[in-house]
Amino acid sequence: MKAWLPALLRLAVLVFLVAFITNPGWFEPLLKPLTENGAPAIYNQGSLLSLTLQHLWTVAIATVAATIVAVALAILVTRPFGAEFLPLSRSLVNIGQTFPPVAVLALAVPAVGFGQTPTLIALFLYGLLPIFENALTALTTLPGNVMEAARGAGMTGWQRLLKVELPLSAPVVLGGIRLSVVISLATATIGSTVAAKTLGEVIIAGLTTNNLAFVLQGGLIVAALAVLIYDALSAVERYAARRMGQGTE
Amino acid sequence: MTLRFDKLGVVIAVIVAYAALLAPFATFRANRIVPGQGRSILEALPLTLGWLLLAVMLAGAIVALFKTPLILRLATSVVALVALAILIGTAGSFLTPAGNTFARVAPASGFWLLVFTFTLLLADVLTRLNLTPWTRVGVLVAAAIAIAALLASGSLDSLSILKEYASRADSFWAEASKHVTLALGSLAGAVIVGLPLGILCHRVERLRAGVLNVLNIIQTIPSIALFGLLIAPLGWVALHVPGAAAIGIRGIGAAPAFVALFLYSLLPVVANTVVGLAGVPRAANDAARGMGMTDRQRLFGVEFPLAFPVILTGIRIVLVQNIGLATIAALIGGGGFGVFVFQGVGQTAMDLVLLGALPTVALAFAAAIILDAIIEMTSTRRRAEPA
Repeated sequence: MKAWLPALLRLAVLVFLVAFITNPGWFEPLLKPLTENGAPAIYNQGSLLSLTLQHLWTVAIATVAATIVAVALAILVTRPFGAEFLPLSRSLVNIGQTFPPVAVLALAVPAVGFGQTPTLIALFLYGLLPIFENALTALTTLPGNVMEAARGAGMTGWQRLLKVELPLSAPVVLGGIRLSVVISLATATIGSTVAAKTLGEVIIAGLTTNNLAFVLQGGLIVAALAVLIYDALSAVERYAARRMGQGTE
Repeated sequence: MTLRFDKLGVVIAVIVAYAALLAPFATFRANRIVPGQGRSILEALPLTLGWLLLAVMLAGAIVALFKTPLILRLATSVVALVALAILIGTAGSFLTPAGNTFARVAPASGFWLLVFTFTLLLADVLTRLNLTPWTRVGVLVAAAIAIAALLASGSLDSLSILKEYASRADSFWAEASKHVTLALGSLAGAVIVGLPLGILCHRVERLRAGVLNVLNIIQTIPSIALFGLLIAPLGWVALHVPGAAAIGIRGIGAAPAFVALFLYSLLPVVANTVVGLAGVPRAANDAARGMGMTDRQRLFGVEFPLAFPVILTGIRIVLVQNIGLATIAALIGGGGFGVFVFQGVGQTAMDLVLLGALPTVALAFAAAIILDAIIEMTSTRRRAEPA
């Protein structure tokens, strides 16, 4: 197959996305046919650029926090000290994944009020699960001979963790982060139902005023962001796997 | 005999101590939307019952703290949870002034934390007991019956969430049936379309990447946008296709919600069918061919049964995901438990939010346990049979 075609497509999506959020006015004629009764075709209650940046910022904070906590927990339950927690943590992750994001969001509101905070909490909790699961899988399926060699070389527990276990687990953990980011990007839009500043605001404005152009532009920006970030993280993951000598799939 | 500390028990004991002694047990509000005031266990319950609950919580914390037999831990967590469930109702009627219909009493952070910690203890025991799939479903059914009995007994009726329920009991069950219909209906649609599509993708390699890529991209569109985007095409269908409006297809309402859930469901079903069929051992296929089975016989007699557990895993993902996503349908007039969630968010009436959120969580949770049990049964049976 033509290897350059997917790369070119991605570049086109990126150029289109940047052009749209910085200069939405250029695209007005394209979206105009979707509106009725002379309604505005481009979101006019705030700048798309700042909403996009806030959206990404919210997802980034939640993901970084989720990564730190999830990896720390996975390390804890795979040490002899925390081994007692391993079966329970497995079933908690299973149970946690059944909680619908809307429910998490709605239940966080009574505790912390409206705005950005409930969205951050929901994204954090929801992002925790895929990362924890992958970190746990990676740390419990490390090749036995490598661990044996590290022990034989006289490495302490800390050295083994930092120099052998974590680097070897990195690609799989990154896979969990990728999954978590893509879920969070879409889930963050729901945060706007509890007054968080995200691209969901554009979609909800479109739903309430029956303006399809708003719904479409909000949805497409989020989808384009998700596709691009997914691809970028996949590339990082392949790079990490290559460095660990695990080859590409 | 020396007593040894249980590590999880230390965590549980600390949380129980905080929740029982420092955090509010119930919240009292003069009406349904003003901010509430917290009441501790001793303030929220008649004196003897308050001390009794504290004693039960203390005993529970001690049993959890040390290494104790599993059966004792099981009994303790069940007793603690039952005591909490019954006494929160008592707190409701105790705190509500006689004849006052505006006052609202809701469970507060201390109650939720206590329920959470003893559920944690129970989950730990159940995990360590390594229950068979059937027993797990049995435990689920027993818990459901206990909760139903508690609700039917009316002892919780004085709580705010049930007062919200009482004033909209009819619409609650109507939305509940809409929610379940949406989640199960779109799953059925996805299975009917997704299975043949997955088989086709397995057989025709050129199709595979294309179909899976398109389905992957659909997953990245945020749910509220996809729901909204389907309003226009379905509105057009309703206007221009004869008979479409008659069977209930409209631009807003359940139709776009159904189609959106269906589209989201396709990826896990198709992808897992492809993965499941690809995982069928070559030897099994060769043996079937050698026996002179036709392609169709091979598909239904060999490939399909062997791929079944993987396909079921896809169905589990879809069902749990759909039960959660169906809440979003309320934003476009599609009904479901989301109606209460979004009404509650709009009125800042958190009890109404809970009325929508709790049944959704319970449904998703029950669906996950039941399907996990079925998956385990099909895959162990497969392994137990001589190959």
